[in-house]
Amino acid sequence: MSTVTMENEKRKGINPQKFALWLSMGSIIMMFTGWTSAYIVKHAAGNWLEFGLPNMFYISTGVIVLSSIALHTSYISYKKQWEKMYKGMLVLTFVLGIVFIVTQTQGWYELFAMGVDFKANVAGSFTYLITWAHAVHVLGGIATLIVAMIHAFSLKFRYREERKNRFELVLQYWHFVGVLWIYLLFFILNIR
Amino acid sequence: MADIATTYNEDVLIKELGYDDHFHDHHHGDKYQSSFISHYIFSMDHKIIARQFLITGIIWAIIGAAMSIVFRLQLGFPEESLTWLKPVLGKWIVVDVNGIGTLAPEFYYALVTMHGTILVFFVLTAGLSGTFSNLLIPLQLGARDMASPFLNMLSYWFFFMAGIVMFYSLFLSTGPFSGGWTAYPPLSALPQASTGSGTGMTLWLVSLTLFVVSVLLGGINYITTVLNLRTKGMSLWRMPLTIWAFFVTAVIGVLSFPVLASGFFMLMMDRGLGTSFFLSEIFIEGQALDRVGGSPVLYQHLFWFLGHPEVYIIILPAMGIVSEVLAVHARKPIFGYRAMVYSILAIAFLSFIVWAHHMFMSGVNPFISNFFVIFTLIIAVPSAVKVFNWITTLFGGNIRLNTPMLFAIGFVSMFISGGLTGVFLGNSTIDIQMHDTYFVVAHFHIVMGVAAFFGMFAGIYHWYPKMYGRFMNETLGKIHFWGTMIGAYAIFWPMHYIGMAGVPRRYYSFDSFDAFKHFADMNKFITIAAIIVFAVQLLFVINFFYSIWNGKKMKVKNPWQATTLEWTTPIEPIHGNWPGKIPSVHRWAYDYNKDEREFVPQYVPLEEGEVGDH
Repeated sequence: MSTVTMENEKRKGINPQKFALWLSMGSIIMMFTGWTSAYIVKHAAGNWLEFGLPNMFYISTGVIVLSSIALHTSYISYKKQWEKMYKGMLVLTFVLGIVFIVTQTQGWYELFAMGVDFKANVAGSFTYLITWAHAVHVLGGIATLIVAMIHAFSLKFRYREERKNRFELVLQYWHFVGVLWIYLLFFILNIR
Repeated sequence: MADIATTYNEDVLIKELGYDDHFHDHHHGDKYQSSFISHYIFSMDHKIIARQFLITGIIWAIIGAAMSIVFRLQLGFPEESLTWLKPVLGKWIVVDVNGIGTLAPEFYYALVTMHGTILVFFVLTAGLSGTFSNLLIPLQLGARDMASPFLNMLSYWFFFMAGIVMFYSLFLSTGPFSGGWTAYPPLSALPQASTGSGTGMTLWLVSLTLFVVSVLLGGINYITTVLNLRTKGMSLWRMPLTIWAFFVTAVIGVLSFPVLASGFFMLMMDRGLGTSFFLSEIFIEGQALDRVGGSPVLYQHLFWFLGHPEVYIIILPAMGIVSEVLAVHARKPIFGYRAMVYSILAIAFLSFIVWAHHMFMSGVNPFISNFFVIFTLIIAVPSAVKVFNWITTLFGGNIRLNTPMLFAIGFVSMFISGGLTGVFLGNSTIDIQMHDTYFVVAHFHIVMGVAAFFGMFAGIYHWYPKMYGRFMNETLGKIHFWGTMIGAYAIFWPMHYIGMAGVPRRYYSFDSFDAFKHFADMNKFITIAAIIVFAVQLLFVINFFYSIWNGKKMKVKNPWQATTLEWTTPIEPIHGNWPGKIPSVHRWAYDYNKDEREFVPQYVPLEEGEVGDH
């Protein structure tokens, strides 16, 4: 039997945590696919209330785009080791995340004031359901931002591969909920 | 063929060729097992979690099966007094002035509903794929543990919480949910629709939402582990078929369970917030509800988009286990390894585009049905490929007829019998006669109920030594097998006949239907067979728990002389699975009777001039 000595090099691959995050995103996409498909089916079936979205939803869209930019700036700053920029932008992202939830809530009030409630017509029910469900996922993102801030302010600032990877998890999820919102907005605007 | 025992010195081979990940340099092994609670209860070790899933599954299986005995008594012996059950079932047994006790009809429906929910989700999903994915994925791939042991622990505890909530609902004064395991609206959407539709249904929804979380956490972990933590040399095409099956099962679960969750959230809004996703104009007790415009068929689409893949979530792990057990105990390479993998993938893909075959009679467009009929019938192709390969694996093998092997062969038998009736039911035209009859009950019980159980039993008997370091009793095992095999056919064969005659399922009693009266004797026969099979399963439970402490001890690491990596770990399991290096892999998992060698484990390097793999 030939005994070839093998090198014990570390196998390269994707980071398992990142991979698990992508799988969770796949799961979330499937859940929203369930709702949007049901939306399309009910829309095609008729008896669909037509309404325009309140302007607040466009403002919130701007807010979440800005928050994504802020977080990405924070990430780049971390890599370049600009401590102040990194911490500041992280806090800004968190604030914008809260602002997004506030503007969404305001949007729901305005939608309700327009006469669209969640009971009368299924079009309204779907709009509330989909936007609520999205907001819940943003809240999850805000929770991870809080963890990221705790790390940023309690740990000594220095660049480490492990921390960068952990930051990337937050970053990718935050971009994901942002993109998801833009998709859902276009979806609701186009099918009504 | 060599009868000579082939031995390999795995310790030396792993030491020389293994992959060193410096796992034990960190010394978390000792700290880890520090207390009883962190070791046995909130454990993050995949082998403990696997056993937690298994034992919880067994407890639920006993509850679910006992329920079926109660409603079978009602179906088989509607005239007999059930007063003797009053101490257990309380007010659900209504005793009249003459002392004759009868089962309350609403409780009959609750029993049927709970039997389905418990068996499908808690036993055959969590108990089967939860157990064996956890046990075998790290062990057979050569990983220290799952990608995230913490999420893995959460996965079990979410399942446990789901179980607690469901168990609690059994004791409600209005009873658990009683509208069928599929929970179709309006019975599930209107709290006032029936006794079980109130709190019972609320708890059902809470329980299953927790369950969905458990499946997603587990599934994400299994997929990540399979794709990222394989040992050196373990390419995808060298993975045992068990791992392929668990992997694809997890993928199906991660894609289909969220859609069920979306349906559940809509149902919750219909129940709590007054929306009308699934409710159209309905009168209850002469009162028109203010719900308009919803469609119950929409729920059926969302439910069956999970529901159909779910049956493959149940059967694929069993198929994987059976493939492995058959090859090991027939001492032959699995026939058509790649064809097996491709058919698993094909079945998984097709499972997503056939859901409406559960809804042929729900008022879906008959032209759309054609599409679903064709894809449903195409599933017969990969299924037949698998059956063919199992039989050819057995052909000419050096077969050991021990209990795991018997159950594996029994699985093939059940899968053929049940699969064939699937071809009947997949045709929308035949479904006009067959839908919602006992023919359907017979079909799915054999093909995904009994067959999946056979796969599970094969796995339990086969990997019991790996889990507990002891063997289960062979004689009791064989009695268990023959009792279950003959008994299961005795229960479900007559149901095909009753179903073809048009007897509907889910009916409490057939007293008022002259057309169905002459099936009374057959129903009696089925009930007696069910009671015997239940008794035989208790034999298994006794065998299982007795053997944990008193079974025959496993003396060698690899008692079945199998090729896969789980048999290279120490008999006394340790955290991190391998004491030193992780074995590296040099060949596929099925080198049995190769080049005059009885079996060649995966960690043995190729000899000079030897052609590897397949």
